[in-house]
Amino acid sequence: MSTERDIAAHRAKEPFRFVSCMELREILSKRAMDEQRLLELIEEVHPDSIYYHTHRYFLRHPYIQGLYPNDFATWAAIHAQDRILGERLGILDPFEFDDIERLRSEILTIIADHLSHIRTVPRCATGEPFEFVRSHVIEADLNRETRTLGEFRDELATVDPGAIFNHVCEARLRKGRLLGDFACWISADEGLGLSELGEQVAKVGRLGLSLEGMRNQIVGLCDRALGSV
Amino acid sequence: MAGMLEQYRDVAPPGTVEFLRQLARRVEGKRMLHVNSTRYGGGVAEILHRLVPLMEELGVQARWEVMAGTELFYRTTKSFHNALQGTPQSVTPDMLEAYLECNRDNAKRLNLEADVTMIHDPQPAALIEARPPGAKWIWRCHIDISTPQRSIWQFLRSYVVQYDAAICSLPKFAQRLPIPQFLIYPSIDPLSDKNRELAPEEVNRIVEGLGVLQDKPIILQVSRFDRFKDPVGVIEAYRLIRKSHDCRLVLAGGTATDDPEGVEVLADVQKAAGSDPDIHLLLLPPTASLEINALQQAATIVFQKSTREGFGLTVAEALWKGKPVIGGQTGGIMVQVIPGVTGYTVNSPEGAAFYTKRLLNDPELMAVLGRQAKEYARERFLITRHLQDYLGLMIHLSGGRA
Repeated sequence: MSTERDIAAHRAKEPFRFVSCMELREILSKRAMDEQRLLELIEEVHPDSIYYHTHRYFLRHPYIQGLYPNDFATWAAIHAQDRILGERLGILDPFEFDDIERLRSEILTIIADHLSHIRTVPRCATGEPFEFVRSHVIEADLNRETRTLGEFRDELATVDPGAIFNHVCEARLRKGRLLGDFACWISADEGLGLSELGEQVAKVGRLGLSLEGMRNQIVGLCDRALGSV
Repeated sequence: MAGMLEQYRDVAPPGTVEFLRQLARRVEGKRMLHVNSTRYGGGVAEILHRLVPLMEELGVQARWEVMAGTELFYRTTKSFHNALQGTPQSVTPDMLEAYLECNRDNAKRLNLEADVTMIHDPQPAALIEARPPGAKWIWRCHIDISTPQRSIWQFLRSYVVQYDAAICSLPKFAQRLPIPQFLIYPSIDPLSDKNRELAPEEVNRIVEGLGVLQDKPIILQVSRFDRFKDPVGVIEAYRLIRKSHDCRLVLAGGTATDDPEGVEVLADVQKAAGSDPDIHLLLLPPTASLEINALQQAATIVFQKSTREGFGLTVAEALWKGKPVIGGQTGGIMVQVIPGVTGYTVNSPEGAAFYTKRLLNDPELMAVLGRQAKEYARERFLITRHLQDYLGLMIHLSGGRA
């Protein structure tokens, strides 16, 4: 079993490189004024739009994170004034889904089931339609490379939040690295080979935290592994 | 030697300068051209004066060309501007021909060689006909074209569809187009005369020079005297506030001498203000950046009580100065004013008066909202974020997903 000293001294064969990102937003000119149209458009839009409306919560400023972590739920609750649908969609956790089509399918099932139990389709009551947007993520390598857990921890503590989004959210659903880049590197033999810590880090995404919350949790896990707390 | 970008290190969110440098490496050496219709005056020119040198510093070969036009051309594009924003205009075939002729002349005169060209607003839109082979062209629309006069939009649309992409400031401003439309908010420059931090003595000197005493809370609205900005509604709100709170109202805006409706609105505002010595109507020239800055810094609460608004960057200017904003529930005000966080959105003079009184009664709440307003503006509405979006778009159009 590795001691804290071994863990601190171990140098990975392959370094971890922090890559940050920004979101370029594309307006799709598709607007829903009621929940039926919302359902139809969710069915047809590009997967990047489903991704945007269920993940942009993380990149948003804390002041505008909305009622729920996905835009469909917030729009239903506030603009269609349908609190039940808002709550049913609001509980969805994107980290429970392995790919965006399964997430889309779950959203569609919830809305269709809800509409089948009500007589009148709720319409936008505030004049604000649901505007579908799609995101394109543009990456930039931050030139920050780490080989030990201590170095990784220190860089993670200060890195741009866009890098956390990129290595956790983007890695999972748009690049198919389901554990996220941090956990993959920590667990991998060419990385730090710390599978137990890797598993703990992979679970952080499931806690429903903000990017800052994820950062703090992972830094805390690293500190515990290094014996500094 | 520290460059211009370094000056933004202390005002932009942490890590921004490094991120911009890394992002720009992906388009280093690319040629980017901006084309608009004026070198001075107006928000577009104001931002380009800074954006272009910042892009150059980041290794992009950025240039800015300004088109020249005849009196008839400018009259036509002014009509376009109004028609596209929903006020019906009479535009004759001669005017359309003058517009196209002017664009053709400028296409011969201007150097349009670049890898990526951004054409700002309708005036130079028809330059697309002269696009050099292989270049990516973007139409950057700074105005609200959500309810345009159909005939004018159809004319303009025939040029817009030839672009590789368009940019709008809000999703609701977008029209159905067969080209991708990107969402990029406009921005303010935190280091310009209009937005830089002023010493308290400087604020006092300028504000007193404008005849405004700072002996009581100041409610300020900075805007043209235009019905959509609802200056008379602001005075109504002020009168409701005055029933319980002593305060001053400052309405600062342009003279709008070339706009007959503006003169009419100003007359209505003067009538509504009457002889109240605590209402100050300030007619400022477009160059009065320092005066606007000082007034915003001296204000207690800033209004932007519009009933219709484009993006409304005066809101971002006020937020950046740490002032809570009470704004009309319309256009871009709704993405800048977060109710209960950076200010309040309202639909009536009564609503504006209600929230103003709430803030005047609770200085602690006002301070919290002011701090949040500044941080929100820092994150969302500074030129550094705008620069990042433009670089991102250049990368995207160059085929650049990493």
